[in-house]
Amino acid sequence: MSVAPQIAASAPVIPEFGKGSSSCVVHNHLFCWDWVEGNWSPVLWPALRQHVLLSLIAVGIGFVIAVALALAAHRYGWIEKPTILLTTFLYTIPSLALFELLVAPVGANIFAAEIALVSYTLLILFRNILTGLRDVPREVLDAAEGMGMTRTQQLLRIELPLALPAIIAGLRIAVVTTIALATIVYTIYDSGLGVPIHTALGEGPFKTELIAAGVLVISLAILCDALLVGLQRALTPWARARQGG
Amino acid sequence: MHEFVEAFKFIAHNGAVAGNPNLPSLAHLALQTLKVGAIGVLISIAIAVPIGVALGHLHRGSFVAINVGNIGRALPSLVILAVGDAFLGLGLTVVELALVILAIPPIITNAYYAVDGVDPDLTDAARGMGMSESEVLFRVELPLSVPGLFAGIRTAAVFVISTTTIASLAGFSGSLGDIIANETSYHFSGVLGAAICVALLALAVEAALTLLQHALTPRGVRLRGDRRDSGSIGEATSVAASA
Repeated sequence: MSVAPQIAASAPVIPEFGKGSSSCVVHNHLFCWDWVEGNWSPVLWPALRQHVLLSLIAVGIGFVIAVALALAAHRYGWIEKPTILLTTFLYTIPSLALFELLVAPVGANIFAAEIALVSYTLLILFRNILTGLRDVPREVLDAAEGMGMTRTQQLLRIELPLALPAIIAGLRIAVVTTIALATIVYTIYDSGLGVPIHTALGEGPFKTELIAAGVLVISLAILCDALLVGLQRALTPWARARQGG
Repeated sequence: MHEFVEAFKFIAHNGAVAGNPNLPSLAHLALQTLKVGAIGVLISIAIAVPIGVALGHLHRGSFVAINVGNIGRALPSLVILAVGDAFLGLGLTVVELALVILAIPPIITNAYYAVDGVDPDLTDAARGMGMSESEVLFRVELPLSVPGLFAGIRTAAVFVISTTTIASLAGFSGSLGDIIANETSYHFSGVLGAAICVALLALAVEAALTLLQHALTPRGVRLRGDRRDSGSIGEATSVAASA
């Protein structure tokens, strides 16, 4: 059964904002550092760790499925259309609805959360991987074939490396989108940075906790995006050489 | 699958819950969701389409177009709504503000790429025929950009419906999300029924916009337009990756 939040029901009459509240916290000022310091290890850090884990698992599984589908569609063209249709369908369903729809068959657990998160990555990753593979110039493949490369060698040594910028571009969007979406996971499964946001909303709302958790979600997304840009630069040295930078 | 049977009963009864006669009907909440969402999308179109089209027409500001899109994706709707709730109080105005913040980036990015990507040979030919700048824009670039423009508007519309329902989690009342956020009154069958309605609503809006797009696309562009449309994510992001 779902553990959807009941904001109205869970809101305490007198906000408490956790134990040992300072006057800043009691008056619900814009931002109270002392609350963040006191609640970093019991509240924010575990939520951040769960958030990273939720997002990493989703993008990881989504990437494996998307690569498999894109390779299949690259080899057998007819696979593209039904895959695009199905993944667009999944992508269109609003997150809050998809989470609840999965609770009925799967239960309110991490599996329902991950299935929903994975389904949102598929369209982005599949399209980008396939576009990347298809944009490899014909002449390059002809040259590879002329050199005696087998189909597998061409794929691993020519097509995938040349498709890397498009693949990583897709990963960047998928990671950022998943990190943002994982804030809603708390509605069915008690995990991620949505949990402190939910608590803060129930207490007034409590500004410090809202801002702290919100800033953590957004910073995490920006950090992961930057890491992927770095990864792309490291993996495609030829692109930089060509641009002369 | 018993839950789904109960959920469909809930839908068939238009959201009536036994022993709780004061709850709003399902149809009413669905219309509310559409209304709140439509206002948000229309405001976003009014702001974002001119900006994206202008940048694309001038072939300037790709940096802005790409980064607005990237930043937009990183903003979780719940965080924006919650912060709006904390500082301004969560009325319709704040919800619309959040919707507009989330809907503008995809529209700007797609409008920019659609117009910027129009074949320069065509605009050169149009200028050579003696068309003025505004004629080039309205009679050549915009008709050719319809698929790309609509790709952005469709993404924005789906975002907006999704966010309108999430607004209920932050305490806003007046959308189908109210049911999902209130399992105590509606039970799980109601939550599931509302989730089905939200999903159907999003799919219906997407389908309606696709039909509208098809009607507005000039016949000669339709074949190519379909291709460009399906490549829009890759297009926008390959450039983003090299920026």
